Amino acid sequence: MTDHHDHDHPHATLPDAADKLTYYQTMEVAVRELLIEKGILTADEVRRQVEDMDGRNAGLGGKMVARAWLDKEYKQRMLGDGNAAAEEVGLDHGAYKLIVVENTPDVHNVIVCKLCSCYPRWLLGLPPDWYKSRNYRSRVVREPRSVLREFGLELPDQVTVRVHDSNADMRYLVLPLRPGGTEGWSEEQLANLATRDSMIGVALADDPNPK
Amino acid sequence: MTDEELKPHFTPGQHVRVRWATPPGHVRTPWYIRGHRGVVERLCGAYPNPEELAYARSGKPRQPLYRVRFAQREVWPDYAGTPADTVDLEIYQHWLEPAEDSNP
Repeated sequence: MTDHHDHDHPHATLPDAADKLTYYQTMEVAVRELLIEKGILTADEVRRQVEDMDGRNAGLGGKMVARAWLDKEYKQRMLGDGNAAAEEVGLDHGAYKLIVVENTPDVHNVIVCKLCSCYPRWLLGLPPDWYKSRNYRSRVVREPRSVLREFGLELPDQVTVRVHDSNADMRYLVLPLRPGGTEGWSEEQLANLATRDSMIGVALADDPNPK
Repeated sequence: MTDEELKPHFTPGQHVRVRWATPPGHVRTPWYIRGHRGVVERLCGAYPNPEELAYARSGKPRQPLYRVRFAQREVWPDYAGTPADTVDLEIYQHWLEPAEDSNP
């Protein structure tokens, strides 16, 4: 640093988290400490799980989408059994059942969890904040076309909008339409076009040649 | 019915109505869909009843879970989109009853 900054004046120290824990934060700490004390979990196992979750991102879902764009038979298997299709590309889905819904020139799909924030975390990583907001959750089931417009996606009337409320045991992935101008592209190249938002259904896959 | 799992009563394509009910406790049938008519899209399998699981009970017998497709205009009479637009939800069997044609 070129600027010399004397530390002869007092700074207010900024806490890196709020001083007061909420009720549920306190409960989480208490339960975690108890599980560790009783030898049911170790602190390292908890850390590993957090690290694994933070390391997940939409690239995993993108891999499935790109494979489906290239391989019609894989796509059919994926629409029939999302879990089996995930296993085929080496993804571990845990206890959840995956349903893949396909966008076509006539049908656009969009996912929401009206009651809370159910989301295929193992496939897309942690959900964006807006997905968990009351605004998105309550409005996209009621006025999906206006919500999609706010995301920059204007759908013509001849395209049917199907909202999928992920309110129980299923988790959902939208298979977006393959963008034009991608003939001959590799699976890795295509996977980058399948963005997180396009797999939730609030956007189209990235256009490689935007106008 | 077995102790473990209830038999499915509905088949894909069948018209159903979500019961109008307001039981206390943890319920995964959203308020906005109660009382509405739709069509069974698919049977998803059988799952422990979340209304029981929430209170540390076994959730058994497992309840058949369906995806039911509703016409947006049936759910929201003033829906602003096109008549073909739909909303699909997952509904446990004990929340469903047979219904007449719902024109989804």
